[in-house]
Amino acid sequence: MIRALGWVLRRDLLLAFRRRGDVVNALVFFVIVVSLFPLGVGPEASQLRNMAPGVLWVAALLACMLSLARLFAPDHQDGTLEQMLLAGEPLVVLVLGKVISHWLMSGLPLVLMAPLLGLQFDLPADSLAVLCVSLLIGTPVLSLIGSVGAALTLGVRGSGVLVSLLVLPLYVPVLIFGAGSVVATANGTGAEAHLLLLGGFLALSLVLAPWATAAALRIAME
Amino acid sequence: MLEALQLECTRGERRLFTGLSFALSRGQLLRVAGANGSGKTSLLRIMCGLLAPSAGELRWCGKSIRSEREEYSRNLLFVGHLNALKDDLTAVENLQVAAALGGKPADVGRMLAALDCFGVAHCAELPAKVLSQGQRRRVALARLALAPTAPLWILDEPFAALDVAAVVELERLLASHLASGGMVVLTTHQEVAVVAHAVLRVDLDQQTAALLAA
Amino acid sequence: MRTTGRFSWFYFSSPQSFYPLAGALQPWFAGLAAILCAVGLYISFLVAPTDAQQGEAYRIIFIHVPAAWMSMFLYLVMGFWSGVGLVLNTRLSSMVATALAPTGALFTFIALWTGALWGKPTWGTWWVWDARLTSELILLFLYIGFMALQAAIDDQRRSDKAGAVLALVGVINIPIIYFSVKWWSTLHQGASVSMTGAPTMAKTMLLGMLIMALGFWMYSIAATLARVRCVILERERQTDWVAAEIGRQS
Repeated sequence: MIRALGWVLRRDLLLAFRRRGDVVNALVFFVIVVSLFPLGVGPEASQLRNMAPGVLWVAALLACMLSLARLFAPDHQDGTLEQMLLAGEPLVVLVLGKVISHWLMSGLPLVLMAPLLGLQFDLPADSLAVLCVSLLIGTPVLSLIGSVGAALTLGVRGSGVLVSLLVLPLYVPVLIFGAGSVVATANGTGAEAHLLLLGGFLALSLVLAPWATAAALRIAME
Repeated sequence: MLEALQLECTRGERRLFTGLSFALSRGQLLRVAGANGSGKTSLLRIMCGLLAPSAGELRWCGKSIRSEREEYSRNLLFVGHLNALKDDLTAVENLQVAAALGGKPADVGRMLAALDCFGVAHCAELPAKVLSQGQRRRVALARLALAPTAPLWILDEPFAALDVAAVVELERLLASHLASGGMVVLTTHQEVAVVAHAVLRVDLDQQTAALLAA
Repeated sequence: MRTTGRFSWFYFSSPQSFYPLAGALQPWFAGLAAILCAVGLYISFLVAPTDAQQGEAYRIIFIHVPAAWMSMFLYLVMGFWSGVGLVLNTRLSSMVATALAPTGALFTFIALWTGALWGKPTWGTWWVWDARLTSELILLFLYIGFMALQAAIDDQRRSDKAGAVLALVGVINIPIIYFSVKWWSTLHQGASVSMTGAPTMAKTMLLGMLIMALGFWMYSIAATLARVRCVILERERQTDWVAAEIGRQS
């Protein structure tokens, strides 16, 4: 089982490495969206500092969501997804492998990029640190929940927008506590509770999401 | 070993076939025939366990495949219409992933040997996107040459888009698989002389399952 | 499958048997709904005392709160029936779930509208980001997502099952979302601007709300039964009995 997970992970990472453009595009999207907000609301420093946690988290959410299109759809189109369903390994394990590789390619770059963008919004150092940690815990949850949406809309017409409609409401708790942790740090109230709750979401989605995604994939392939 | 009992398939609102029963034993080949749209691919997908029949049951060694899905999948090798190749991976890498997912050893030497069976060993290090359709099909079929192989092969139009040499090689592989006790289910529009102890034929146009002596 | 001579609940699990039952029950529920809503509205608008702080405008709460209750309740019921349809592979359960969604979405919409109508005279704004309204907004998105997913998938069985997975994921998420939004709301909002803090409940007010809630519930059942009948006719249109039924009605 671990061997199969390892191979799925290795395969996806190899593919992402050979198509670096896709990964970079998602990151550039993140940067552009974040940069739009000051252009929209004005460069006043204190206002931007207040907005920063929310803006950065919403942009991360959107970037994650856009990259969901690459999760299952290409495999579905060339028949490799079918073969994964027919592998003798539990589908849940293979799905977990794909989600991990998705996070490594979509979520982790955001975590690494966020501090730089936080500086643009004049966030203090401790806020930046909490921002990174909250994204580090939160982006895997986004990938996990997103995988359910991606599996449900596999091959459906208009699936790009439909996935957003399905998945964004489910992202709300992660957004609230993710951005809230940075706000709490700025207020001095401490972010431990938020980060613990995010950790709780991560644990819950690690257990439930791959199972739901596997069920949705089987339904989609019928 | 593989038994179908009163299989029925309804896609959308069309009933494709009903009351289909057959039994496939070691060394036998089942050919599914029928006009386009008669449900051949659906029947194959039912046999793979990808699609649930609207009625009836499929059994492997006496047990329903629904209850033992992973166990059944381990005994199964499916090559469908789609080649299941990633464009950005080389032929060898594609084959390695396929082998690893099938629980088989994935060392490069074996992959090269399998590719060589179908005459595409020279494509080993080329990404699949630069290969021609026929070469891609041969890389996809090279999975059949990987040892140890699964007992049940389900092939959807395996001979399509193959040149003469590849057809000969595929026939040889099928024959040796059947001779060593394997089972094959396939659809094909071409009349290929495949030697087997017994040949079953399911004709979906008439919904008859007949045992034809070789 | 009918076992002759013995009554079995499973008799009604086939669309063909359920169709006439739904048709027979529906007028009764509709009647009950009308009576209960009339009584509820009478209590709300005429009997319940005027609130000291908010004046007459608070009366909208008698529609707002029951509608919000129903919207959440119906989502759970929808999740339950689609789950049954997914696990037991029964067509009728999935049809009921599909029929419930528009009514649930309607109540969510009513809750949002009445919330806005309450906010304007009381606090001067058409929209308030308090816990209940924000949760209702997200619930509306969940309903719309369910309906959109089912509409986008052409194959009926796949549509039912995918909707079921989505509904079940939603059911698990709703408490999490509600808790998160409530936490967010108490952190950011002052206590003054809150709809969850309703005026202290006089007994008549609570009675009014409960009766309205019951009335809405009866309405939901009646509307769902009517819609399920349409769904059954549409999905089973290839069968003989539906052809006969349509022939009889036209």
